[in-house]
Amino acid sequence: MNIKPEVKKGIEAICDSYANEPSPLMMILSAIQKKYGYIPLEVQEVVSEKTGIPVAEIYGVVTFYSFFSLNPKGKYVLGICLGTACYVKNSQQVVDKFSSMLGIEPGQTTEDGLFTIEAIRCIGACALAPAMSINGKVYPKVTPDQVGKIIEEYRKLGAEA
Amino acid sequence: MEQIEKININIEGRIYSVPKNMTVLEAARLAGYNIPTLCYWNHGQNSLASCRVCLVEIATARGGRLFASCVYPVADCPADKGFEIKISSPMAVRARRASVELLLSNHSMDCQPCPKNGQCELLHVSQVVGARPEQFLGAKTPTTLDELAPGLVRDTSKCILCGRCIERCKDAQGIGILGFEKRGFNTIVAPIGNRSFSEVPCLQCGQCIEVCPTGALTEHREIEKIDAAKAAGKYVVVQTAPAVRAAIAEEFGHRIGEQDGTGRMVAALHRLGFDRVFDTNFGADLTIMEEAQELVNRITKKQVLPQITSCSPGWINYMEFFYKDLIPNVSTCKSPHEMEGAVIKSYFAKSHNLKPEDIFVVSVMPCTAKKYEAKRPQNAAVNGLPDVDAVITTRELAVMIKRAGILWDELPEEEFDQDLLGQYTGAGVIFGATGGVMEAAVRTAYHTLTGKEMNPIEFKPVRGMEAVKVAEVEVAGITLKLAVASGMKNAKPLLDEIRAGKSPYHFIEIMCCPGGCVNGGGQPFVKPNLLPHEGPDVLDTYRQKRAAILYKIDEGLPLRQSHNNPDIQKLYKDFLGEPCSEESEELLHTTYVADRKAY
Amino acid sequence: MERITSPETLQKRIDECTSVFQAKIKGEGGKRAVVVCGGTGCIANDSVAIEEELVRLIKEKGLEDRISVNHVGCFGFCSQGPFVKIFPEDTLYRGVKVKDVAEIVEKDLIGGQVCENLLYVDPVTHEKVARQDDITFYKKQIRIALHGCSLINPDKLEESLGYDGFKALKKALTTMTPQEVIDEVLASGIRGRGGGGFPTGRKWQFAANVKADQKYIVCNGDEGDPGAFMDRSILEGNPFEVIEGMMLAGYAFGASEGYFYVRAEYPIAVERLQNAIKDMEAAGLLGDNILGTDFSFRAHLRLGAGAFVCGEETALLNSIEGKRGMPRPRPPFPAIKGLWGKPTCVNNVETLSQIPFIIREGASAFNSIGTEGSKGTKVFALGGKINNVGLVEVPMGTTLRQLIYEIGGGIPGGKKFKAIQTGGPSGGCLTEKDLDTPIDYDTLVARGSMMGSGGAIVMDEDNCAVDVAHFYMSFICDESCGKCSPCRIGTKRLYEMLTLVTEGKGTEQTLKDMEELANVIKAGSLCALGQTAANPILSTMHNFPEEYIAHVTEKKCPAHVCKNLMSYQIIKDKCVGCTLCARNCPVSCISASDVPARPMVPGKPALPGKFAHEIDQSKCIKCGSCMAGCRFGAIVKQ
Repeated sequence: MNIKPEVKKGIEAICDSYANEPSPLMMILSAIQKKYGYIPLEVQEVVSEKTGIPVAEIYGVVTFYSFFSLNPKGKYVLGICLGTACYVKNSQQVVDKFSSMLGIEPGQTTEDGLFTIEAIRCIGACALAPAMSINGKVYPKVTPDQVGKIIEEYRKLGAEA
Repeated sequence: MEQIEKININIEGRIYSVPKNMTVLEAARLAGYNIPTLCYWNHGQNSLASCRVCLVEIATARGGRLFASCVYPVADCPADKGFEIKISSPMAVRARRASVELLLSNHSMDCQPCPKNGQCELLHVSQVVGARPEQFLGAKTPTTLDELAPGLVRDTSKCILCGRCIERCKDAQGIGILGFEKRGFNTIVAPIGNRSFSEVPCLQCGQCIEVCPTGALTEHREIEKIDAAKAAGKYVVVQTAPAVRAAIAEEFGHRIGEQDGTGRMVAALHRLGFDRVFDTNFGADLTIMEEAQELVNRITKKQVLPQITSCSPGWINYMEFFYKDLIPNVSTCKSPHEMEGAVIKSYFAKSHNLKPEDIFVVSVMPCTAKKYEAKRPQNAAVNGLPDVDAVITTRELAVMIKRAGILWDELPEEEFDQDLLGQYTGAGVIFGATGGVMEAAVRTAYHTLTGKEMNPIEFKPVRGMEAVKVAEVEVAGITLKLAVASGMKNAKPLLDEIRAGKSPYHFIEIMCCPGGCVNGGGQPFVKPNLLPHEGPDVLDTYRQKRAAILYKIDEGLPLRQSHNNPDIQKLYKDFLGEPCSEESEELLHTTYVADRKAY
Repeated sequence: MERITSPETLQKRIDECTSVFQAKIKGEGGKRAVVVCGGTGCIANDSVAIEEELVRLIKEKGLEDRISVNHVGCFGFCSQGPFVKIFPEDTLYRGVKVKDVAEIVEKDLIGGQVCENLLYVDPVTHEKVARQDDITFYKKQIRIALHGCSLINPDKLEESLGYDGFKALKKALTTMTPQEVIDEVLASGIRGRGGGGFPTGRKWQFAANVKADQKYIVCNGDEGDPGAFMDRSILEGNPFEVIEGMMLAGYAFGASEGYFYVRAEYPIAVERLQNAIKDMEAAGLLGDNILGTDFSFRAHLRLGAGAFVCGEETALLNSIEGKRGMPRPRPPFPAIKGLWGKPTCVNNVETLSQIPFIIREGASAFNSIGTEGSKGTKVFALGGKINNVGLVEVPMGTTLRQLIYEIGGGIPGGKKFKAIQTGGPSGGCLTEKDLDTPIDYDTLVARGSMMGSGGAIVMDEDNCAVDVAHFYMSFICDESCGKCSPCRIGTKRLYEMLTLVTEGKGTEQTLKDMEELANVIKAGSLCALGQTAANPILSTMHNFPEEYIAHVTEKKCPAHVCKNLMSYQIIKDKCVGCTLCARNCPVSCISASDVPARPMVPGKPALPGKFAHEIDQSKCIKCGSCMAGCRFGAIVKQ
């Protein structure tokens, strides 16, 4: 996979913006993840060239942290909180329902690229348990019987966009 | 003498006075305790303290906790503050054993056919801690077997995640091909993206193999190729690199630096059914003839300088990945064994009326990168046949000897076959140590330019284990500026200097392995855990000890300059003409490629 | 804001802002003030829209000069949010929706009348409570860490200055030596609020004793315990207080650079912290020669990236250094050799947020609260099966019973209390017999759990102890960094054994093996994650042995949770045949039986063609959708 020249420039610009920070790798990767949605090998090579950090080390960091993704995610990232407070309020069942309705496991993306299911760590909205976050927007008190409606709503949104 | 500050520590109820800056592990060793370790390496170079085998209980009045002795400073547990170090408390013994049993539960159980059988540190420590069978059975981390690279094999089913290889690649070569990937139970050690070694800028130097405690990293064995060649009726010729003789006795229980294995090695090879047993030192002498001439040409004809040696394929790989712009600086000479192979399939073949395709050349090398080098299409001078057909490491040779039931200590000392390629000089022998090529080249270049022999013969400024050595020699009114580096991390500044147009040198020797070929990726393992009769600081001294054997051989030889080798003189007179002639160029020189991608 | 370059200017600014702020909350000149909760929980429930609607309506009525609108940080009583509070009456409205704003503006802000229907109703007395401080949830709280949260607008430096902000910094920089600051913190008895419980003053003293050209103070905001949101709320509610605490730490042991490390899962907290730092820099409160003294300090922000283990202080340091978050062996401790090899103190958000109080009011104001071994207050995040889910700050020594019943309002739905899990995945559960334990670092450890960061999850009879342990183990396996063998492989093996138990495939030997392995992991692991990984298992095995035995000998899950050991059943003579469950079922395993359905309305005949439904157990994935949607109580767990 070859990355487009403007993407390469964008990544180099991100690296430059942190040039004066000590140990900037985490900040660079966070910015790239935020801007482009994923950090494939080819992008890591550009970062390696710019920063002098060996590629194997960068790859090790990308694959260590859950927030960094090697592959692009779906348009809508369905993050169901599996923190304890949500878990004891049956958020696992919400995950299972999404899983079975979309035909994918947590961590996977649907074939049409619309949805990624993620079982996420506690987002600190425990009073809203079971909570879920879709592209950063927090939804309170989600139960399995609401799952179908949520999928419908976002499918429509995805079709309109 | 500087006073080392000491401290009293309490080990198992006895008080010992030890240097204050030691770890509990080192201090216990002084007190006569060899605490079992696994991932620990070389004064804690990679000390991740991750295997949790070297655990000891450090007890205070408030109770004891387990700590990894390889990192715990004695300064933090003085006896007068009530600390006691318990090596064999029930908790420590149980936890140590459990750490090993857990590792075994996620490990390949195929010990018998594993190439590390007999030299595996995990197997050794399993016995020491009393690991029990079939504990903690469960799922295993998904495994990868990478056999694509000619030099190395990676088998993650045997990896214990000690991280030694990661640090070694960074430390020795500066490139850090390997890294940890993923997290938790799924963690593996791999090149980026779990690719094969052949898909990343791996130098195949085998330094990682040297440090791996298990069979996760091994060389790609080629013994079967030799067996097949013999079975097919080929004329099998074997040649041995200088560094091999400096270490091979270690494979048979001798202490490092104790025995010059030359004579017995030749005797063993004679008994292994090879049709001819030659010395790569002949090729080394030949390399000096060609390379010294090339240097003289560059100097007198004002061509590209500095010239850099080319006999280390690990270095050549590095150059082709990262410094292709320096191709004009690299000598076009093949490495000694490649030259010798080409000469065997042409000069030797002709004189013995043998067809080149019927000859099978085997090189015994201290090196794994040469397994790759032998397959390069640019090293196939005669009828497109590879100059060398199979490369085996020092370790593989020992395997062959043991397989044949040959008892090393009962071998007589024999001589290499005196048959056109049998003579060699001390200059060739010292190739195996860092600075050796440089010294050999200087001995001949001096003679070429002045017509006189250098006196003294030795050129000591380029000897020794320092990262980079710099020297000067006055020859025929020129001050030749020389540099020697081993380990690519150490060599890099010299290369950057050349790239920036600021290099002051005429001639640079670069060896990929720190210390030179005596420390090659194919040499016998130096594992303190498995060598109880060597001192605990063996990792600091083994290279020098092996190199000392080579320098001693050089001192004792009647011929010590490559240009005085009568077989070499005959080769030029009867076949090649002169160094860097057209025939020499065709047979003995190679080319480099500028299109290898790093990633 | 004009730059503050001397203690005098600071005092002047504090005085000005205090009188403005006091005027606001006291309603001077007949003015009113309204604040809207801007914590993550309430924002998820549209509180931003509520604030916007308030602003819009007030502007429409031309009342901007008489009624101020601000958003504030977490009120803590999250299960009752979104909150809107009115000053000077301290009236607290709960569960506010956008459509209620018009009423609040008309009836209260303009008309001066309380909107009764938006008031909190006490579940015991059934009375409406108007004033925040009269609500039982708030009565027993002493807000030190949460000082200013739900009062000040966290985006406005002047409101922090108007409510005790930077008084401690001024006092320390102008009247105390660094050693005196350390001594005061030592005397206060404050112990690390992140879970370690190490005396904060002692940590600072170690770092102060080391001579180095550079030292660092790091604030651990990687609150990873699921169910814990104390640090999030503090950062969202009063980031200035935490920064001030960090600066006091830096002054005390000699660090001129501070690093915040905050989870990326807390975008609002990150943004507010970033803005607070910027505003303080512009005001001269961060940078060179603060208040004209020799003390210079810079604060930086680094984000986590989704790794629980980075809450461990040495893993956190590695993460800041751009590496995989794998812990370092200790010793050497960070106070000697930490960030980039320099002496570093890593302190939790909550710890730092309490430092300004200690310096401002004195150590005895702090150590007069709490128990012998645990001084001061602690913020707890109450969650799970409890009526009042939210954040509470109570004195150490408050009992669990008080926490759960008096403040927490007890278990909803009349269910029976089973256990409360404290300390997250590193802690253990406390049961009925422990309810009168005063909460304190040492008593909780003595009872088989630990304080942890303050997350406290309540479980009732419908939770299975084995399942909860299994959940925590799965979390630990996911989050184990993979460096050391006992944790990397041991926790995986423990998880596998627990899975066998939850699936009904475990035996008594499995339980014995689990306990042995748990003890080995505890003893041999490199860091606290591994060392405490087995606590949930050990604690539940200790407290609920009969549940474990039931799983392995009878192959039954008494709480009907473990999927292999339970099933959903439709009680045919309760089923009215409405087919809602069948339509909701994701695997379509519910169909009509041949038993006629019960009439929907008692007394009336059943509609023809309606049959009681049944679940095909071979296809059922136990998702619970059917039971969640049934309005007739016809579906049960068995």
